[in-house]
Amino acid sequence: MKELTQKALDVLKELGASYGDIRIVETRTQTIRTKNGNVDALSSSRSKGFGIRALYDGAWGFSSSSTLTEDEVVKVAREAVEIAKASATVKRDKDVVLSPVKPVVSRWTSPVKIDPFSVKTEDKVALLLEADKLMADRKEVKVRIGSMACQREDKIFASTEGSYIEQTKVETGAGIEATAADRGELQRRSYPTSFGGNWATAGYEIVEKMKLLDHAERVSREAVELLSAKQCPSGVMDLIIDSSQLALQIHESCGHPIELDRVFGQEASFAGTSFLTTEKLGTFQYGSEEVTITADATLPGGLGSFGFDDEGVPAQRVTIVDKGIFKNYLTSRETAHELGQVSNGAMRADGWNRIPIIRMTNISLEPGDWTLDEMIKDTKDGILVATNKSWSIDDKRLNFQFGTEIAWEIKDGSLGAMLKNPTYTGITYEFWRSCDAIAGKDEWELWGLPNCGKGEPGQVAHVGHGASPARFRRVKVGVGKW
Amino acid sequence: MVDKKPLGRENALEVIDKLIHWSPGDLTEVVLRSDSTALTRFTKNYIHQNVAERDYTVTVRVIFGKKIGSVTTNFLHDDSLKEAVEDAAAIAKLQPPNEEFEGLPEPEPLPDVDCFVPETDSFSAKSRALAVKEVVEVAKERGFEASGAFSTGTMELAVGNSRGVRAYNVSTYAALSTVMMGADGSGYAEASGRDVREIRPGEVARIARDKCAMAQNPVSIAAGEYEVVLEPLAVAMLLSYLGRAGFSALAVREGRSFLTGRLGQKLFDEKFNMWDDGLDPRGFPIPFDLEGVPKRKVTLVENGVAKELVYDYNTAKKEGRKSTGHGGFRGWGPMPVNLFMGEGTATLEEMIRSTKRGILVTRFHYTNMAHPLKVLITGMTRDGTFLIEDGYITKAVKNFRFTESALRVFSTLDMIGRETVRVERTVVPAIRVPAFNFTGVTEF
Repeated sequence: MKELTQKALDVLKELGASYGDIRIVETRTQTIRTKNGNVDALSSSRSKGFGIRALYDGAWGFSSSSTLTEDEVVKVAREAVEIAKASATVKRDKDVVLSPVKPVVSRWTSPVKIDPFSVKTEDKVALLLEADKLMADRKEVKVRIGSMACQREDKIFASTEGSYIEQTKVETGAGIEATAADRGELQRRSYPTSFGGNWATAGYEIVEKMKLLDHAERVSREAVELLSAKQCPSGVMDLIIDSSQLALQIHESCGHPIELDRVFGQEASFAGTSFLTTEKLGTFQYGSEEVTITADATLPGGLGSFGFDDEGVPAQRVTIVDKGIFKNYLTSRETAHELGQVSNGAMRADGWNRIPIIRMTNISLEPGDWTLDEMIKDTKDGILVATNKSWSIDDKRLNFQFGTEIAWEIKDGSLGAMLKNPTYTGITYEFWRSCDAIAGKDEWELWGLPNCGKGEPGQVAHVGHGASPARFRRVKVGVGKW
Repeated sequence: MVDKKPLGRENALEVIDKLIHWSPGDLTEVVLRSDSTALTRFTKNYIHQNVAERDYTVTVRVIFGKKIGSVTTNFLHDDSLKEAVEDAAAIAKLQPPNEEFEGLPEPEPLPDVDCFVPETDSFSAKSRALAVKEVVEVAKERGFEASGAFSTGTMELAVGNSRGVRAYNVSTYAALSTVMMGADGSGYAEASGRDVREIRPGEVARIARDKCAMAQNPVSIAAGEYEVVLEPLAVAMLLSYLGRAGFSALAVREGRSFLTGRLGQKLFDEKFNMWDDGLDPRGFPIPFDLEGVPKRKVTLVENGVAKELVYDYNTAKKEGRKSTGHGGFRGWGPMPVNLFMGEGTATLEEMIRSTKRGILVTRFHYTNMAHPLKVLITGMTRDGTFLIEDGYITKAVKNFRFTESALRVFSTLDMIGRETVRVERTVVPAIRVPAFNFTGVTEF
């Protein structure tokens, strides 16, 4: 492959590109989905191609192709430059400048204990069907789903600055869910979390650790119990959020607004911008003193972990919010330069045919020193919510609303009745400022979200979030008319 | 991207023939796509991203009895294709039979729909940049900043199976959208179609600019129940949720739809009509679905009565029906993807004049389903939200969060616009609804 990457870089230089890079990416995935006792999908896919970025006359161009030949590489490199020239006709008042990065020749491989592709497909199918059987006893359960997937990505990155980086990343995920319906009500429960379960940059060991069979009966039972559970009350009360829902809360209300490309308006036409404008950097009280949030691309097992980002910047751990104060953005070489910084390595592309854009790594709420039990005992009037069902946030990432699969009321320090259709809403910084208790390391879990959408054309990123349960005071819950 | 020449019908069908010939399965299905797409993205009046792509995707399903293996590859060499068939056959054999599987469709005559516009296919990066320049110039006239995207592309879709289905289509699309931003408000407009010549960048820009101008200096008003006038972009979003949540035959059979046990009932206002038509040139026509079955028009709601559902081959076979050409989404079941809502008699101005104290919504943002049986949706307003008082727009307001049921919206609407607008694959008018729940307010 080195001949092909070198050819691309030579052409880019010949044509006068001030910077250029090429990524050759091959992705292999296997997906298994069971539904109501049947194998609903058993598929594998393979995609390979390359993408070339060119910076010419201070503007960007990108082209890509799945035909991996020298001729095609030359054509695509030329087209990337032609597209950059077109970009330069509607240019900013200043050229794109990239903050410096040390050229690297390296190879990185994600740690894997059990290669998920080496596990017999029959065994994976059997596990999901066994879990399905354990969810099948209740007539109200209309849809039972089991899902498992694994992915291996082999990537080569080479730049005109001299970097040549090879990376191999293996990811695995699995989950189960039961949907119950009866007399005009429909409820769902999932394990370990919703929308395809949990994912990690790891091998089949993560599936074994999940112990899906130990949870299948409970998932089915709770889905049915929710059908006749009390409706979540409306009002302002204390809210304790479980680790998996908190992962999505962090994702939407911290992970996205700290993307510096959003702050600079580069996503304005689609996903929106950010309330965390640059004058807030270093001074803005994002949350309470309890709240420390990190972005850590080096976290073992994190779905947002890697060796180098797609600009060849090494993976890093960055403090985003330090005891409540907003300290850092996620940056690229281009955006970091605007702030007089160097990139902290957050540029990733969804495959060979997309440009890198700023993506979350593993954005985590650092553990506190409470336990969930202590929080419940310390709460007079509130609810405990678990497992995401719906999410929505405005285009500056301020006003959010989440729905969860399940909740329990908390009265005078004790967990009470199960509640259905829980929702809560708030304004991001007011919400995080109301956080007064975070559970400790023992209850801290790392979640992988394989479905973070951003960009045009659309890109899906795999990102991670660590969290332990936390309490938020006086939150509006039970939104809307049910 | 570089070699923009499509595969062509003969080459595409040859790939399908080869795969079916090599397959050891009792049944075999092949779906082939080629995509040649480009997109120019701009922010704050300059182009910041500009991309192009060319790819092929072949998915082969090999079936033994009711055991199905599926492999997708983007390699079209014979060796890779043979490997794909062998792998699909191998993984099919590793599983128990899927008792829900009903087979593959037989060939049917396909409608002749011209979806290809050469001018769209050959639209260049330079042409897109010129269009963006036009949008930017309009923004600059008022000191606004334009962001947006202009995309064009050509897609080939070929479907074949061992029962004789052979379907091929080549289509083009073009889309321009822009958000224009002023000091403290924004406006939005978009246009799309198969023919890039129908997109007039200046017109799109002027609509966004005028909205943006009106949207400045927004005031915050309390959330609550308001009369609303929803412009087509907002209506299209609600209609899509309604279609997907309710009108899939699989969702109804599994009890996931609000129509389970209620088909034939009057669930909506009698002025409300909704149908799916993949052949109507006012939308994004395409002659067949991902199973190679011809698209059929399906009347979903007639005069407020829920009439019919959309079917794929599997759900149709189970009920002794014919597929309506809405298949290929596998486990998700059939889905209506070319929705139309019938027009009414009102102008937008008449709807505003009929509103005592209400909100005019340009579009919604980041919506999500809070409860599928209630079709309860939450989301934000965006890019032009205005207060109507005594029949006139009086001021811009800060954006609201809404938490509202689409069932309630379409059963209580009292005015429907007389003009329909294409919003991607959906064609809708504006509507007026006497009571709509806004449950929160944001800071801008």
